[in-house]
Amino acid sequence: MNILSLFPAIPLIMMLGLWVSRNTRQIHAVMVTGASALLVLAVWLVLHYLGLRAGGAEGEMLLTDSFMWYAPLNIHYSVGVDGISVAMLLLSAIIVFTGTFASWQMKTDVKEFFMWFCLLSVGVFGFFISIDLFTMFMFYEVALIPMYLLIGVWGSGRKEYSAMKLTLMLMGGSALLLIGILGIYFGSGATTMNILEIAQMHNIPMNLQRIWFPIIFIGFGVLGALFPFHTWSPDGHASAPTAVSMLHAGVLMKLGGYGCFRVAMYLLPEAAQELSWIFIILTTISVVYGAFSACVQTDLKYINAYSSVSHCGLVLFAILMMNATAATGAVLQMLSHGLMTALFFALIGMIYGRTHTRDIRELSGLMRIMPFLSVCYVIAGLANLGLPGLSGFVAEMTIFNGAFMNNDTFHRVVTIIACTSIVITAVYILRLIGKILYGTCTNPEHLKLTDATWDEKLAVVVLIIAIAGLGLAPMWMSDMIHGSVTSVIANILN
Amino acid sequence: MDFSGILIYMRPEIALMAAIVIAFLYDLIAGSKARKFFNPLMCMVMLACVAACVISFPREPGEIFGGMFSYEPVHSVLKCILAIGTLIVFLQADKWLGREDTEFKRGEFYVLTLSTLLGMYFMISAGHFLMFFIGMELASVPMACLVAFDKYRHNSAEAGAKFILSALFASGLMLYGISFLYGTCGTLYFSDMPAHLDGSALQVMALVFFFAGLGFKISLVPFHLWTADTYQGAPTAVTSYLSVISKGSAAFVLMAVLVKVFAPMVEQWQTILWVLIVLSITVANLFAVRQQNLKRFLAFSSISQAGYIMLAVISGTPFGMTSLIFYVLIYLAANLAAFGVISTVEQNSDGKVSMADYNGLYRTNPKLAVVMTLALFSLAGIPPFAGFFSKFFVFASAFDEGFHVLVFIALINTVISLYYYLLVVKAMFINPNNSPIAAFRSDCSTRISLVLCLAGVLLLGIVSSVYDGINLFSFGM
Repeated sequence: MNILSLFPAIPLIMMLGLWVSRNTRQIHAVMVTGASALLVLAVWLVLHYLGLRAGGAEGEMLLTDSFMWYAPLNIHYSVGVDGISVAMLLLSAIIVFTGTFASWQMKTDVKEFFMWFCLLSVGVFGFFISIDLFTMFMFYEVALIPMYLLIGVWGSGRKEYSAMKLTLMLMGGSALLLIGILGIYFGSGATTMNILEIAQMHNIPMNLQRIWFPIIFIGFGVLGALFPFHTWSPDGHASAPTAVSMLHAGVLMKLGGYGCFRVAMYLLPEAAQELSWIFIILTTISVVYGAFSACVQTDLKYINAYSSVSHCGLVLFAILMMNATAATGAVLQMLSHGLMTALFFALIGMIYGRTHTRDIRELSGLMRIMPFLSVCYVIAGLANLGLPGLSGFVAEMTIFNGAFMNNDTFHRVVTIIACTSIVITAVYILRLIGKILYGTCTNPEHLKLTDATWDEKLAVVVLIIAIAGLGLAPMWMSDMIHGSVTSVIANILN
Repeated sequence: MDFSGILIYMRPEIALMAAIVIAFLYDLIAGSKARKFFNPLMCMVMLACVAACVISFPREPGEIFGGMFSYEPVHSVLKCILAIGTLIVFLQADKWLGREDTEFKRGEFYVLTLSTLLGMYFMISAGHFLMFFIGMELASVPMACLVAFDKYRHNSAEAGAKFILSALFASGLMLYGISFLYGTCGTLYFSDMPAHLDGSALQVMALVFFFAGLGFKISLVPFHLWTADTYQGAPTAVTSYLSVISKGSAAFVLMAVLVKVFAPMVEQWQTILWVLIVLSITVANLFAVRQQNLKRFLAFSSISQAGYIMLAVISGTPFGMTSLIFYVLIYLAANLAAFGVISTVEQNSDGKVSMADYNGLYRTNPKLAVVMTLALFSLAGIPPFAGFFSKFFVFASAFDEGFHVLVFIALINTVISLYYYLLVVKAMFINPNNSPIAAFRSDCSTRISLVLCLAGVLLLGIVSSVYDGINLFSFGM
């Protein structure tokens, strides 16, 4: 069995383990064992991948494997990884690990919660290792549907509305994807569903590409919070329970960016070049609009959700710039945003669990009451606004550098517009930190609250280490990504 | 005359006839003690029928009765699927049939059900329009008795009346159409007709009437008006039989006749079907959103599912036929699981079938709620459940023939259908309820049937060999 298949297999085994476990203790044991195994596996995979590349391994994808599944449609279960997917797998494993600890205090229906959570991770891991269109799409949908129950049952606020809205919008996106995938398959001569082979054949007629590229890009773009299809995101994130927000904003939204890059642009390159301007405009709007919207929100989760719209918009913005530097930045941004937004949502969940409010007008002076959580919140905020030394800076710097390399006026103007989001981000982050962490606490009830417990500290510290690690030593990660991105971009431009 | 062909090609029909005789005789002679074993006996007999369909079935097409009965290997596959479905219906019907006011007519239920199944078998293997018509009548008339089985309860009698009136009207139309065909072609043998079909006005009329007749059986919009009332009024076991077995066989027959007989008029029937599909899927989905009674709800859902099945028919290719049979198989598993849950809840809670009654079902009967959820996810086409695969294949088969816009409309509709399927899931898992359906333990045969269905929902998609097996025998234009 291929080592990559372990990624979806471990969460499946965890589901079985959860099914037979009888009390919270056993459930936690299963989750911690499984999540640690995934994390170890992901770290091992990064090292192994770097070792293979250093040893001179050629080929776009490594560790590939393929089984015939449905012969009449040439559907295979095909797996393989390149630098981009290795990075994404590492990110997912970190988020699953920390998400487990962030929901340590969960009381109601713990078993069911973690079972759906595991199903969600099966989908996420499966998506990143797949190189067959059908299998990839299948895992994509597997990752979407558990969201409905996770938000609907364990969420807060207007959870039923948000859950339904999120599920239907994302499923609408995936309906577009399905027809797009059929379009690619039959357009390329109906001989293979393998992404690499389709890219190599490079024979989809231009008139078909013009139809399928926007459809697939929007299909994935819905999940990547592309303006104007982002409206599920703020409601969904605000209502979701902590671990789900973390996984969703941290990893699931990356599925959108990854899919746009790996399927829409890679397989339909001519249309991507011709039509990219439309989506560049839309993503620029996402970036700036998301940032401005975050400024006027009063709910902590809404602020972070709009900030996610802005940052995920930047991911799509960067891949549309079609050069290796910007695309490397896009992947770095996926990593960086995944980590810091997960950190944000974890902290918001912890604060909410204590104060029972997320309204910033009712919060103040938390620094004195819960110093650990507050300091971590400041770190997350600084990473978000791109402070050098943390991951956000590395990613955004690379993106804007790459974007400015395009030497026509259109690209430069939109780059400058998108750059303003950095300033706006600083505005809402600093204002928020000043408001809720500093000053004097006005609510006497809040004075009795306690600081983080050990499980919360563990979750937060792991994330901060990852963020700082990526910020201080981005070279090895960025080299790994750059190598793979270059070959994809070369394929798009040829 | 050579009778050896009968034993080779008609084995499923012979087995079924034997089953009918067994049911009839057992009903006649069994004492009150022996009647307790009636249901297990019939399930065993159905198993034998399944075996008769699949064990060393002929792999080559053949004809008997001078071409009245024409056999294709794919028929055996389909008949086997229908027999399995009937077996599951029998398992689910046990508790309902054991009720005081139905116990004494238990035998009738089996005889009538098997008769309709026999009619469908003849319809499937017909090689001549008269044979086809007789099969269709045999499948409809006893069905009306089944629908009205609970005649003193609910709206069963009303449903039976509605069903028989619409069924007869549809048959009349169909017969009228067949007479046009005879007038223009001079023959009713399927194999001889294509040479005489040229798309003249009379033949187009015949095609339209033919569609009306079968559209009624498949309950395509606009021939669906009987569906909701009949589904609601009929006993739940009969409803599930009607929604799966009857619909599945009619869908296959439609495809087989269109491909075999109406091949020269492909443009006409593809146009008709295009409109019918869009109407069926869209109208049924919009109506399903507003339903409060779960049986009505599943009635509209089954109309839209029929629309999806028609996507495979419109392609007219062997790939389309494989997709169609595969879709019917998976639809059978998922729909029977859903109806099984509804049926057992209805029997154990004094007839509760409205969606509001299901609020909070997960708190009291978690297993049933999970079965229902998985079945609905499969119907909605969510992976990794089997429904996703079957939907993908019907979409692919229609897309392959260039029906891009049609597939797009159908895909948009899957989102709408997801919405109403999620409403039921929401009721069971999220909505609070002060007086939920009390916890109960369903009877043994229902549990067996649900496990069978669940295995189908979980495995049929992932294990591709089923699909490959069907694919070996499919035919098309």
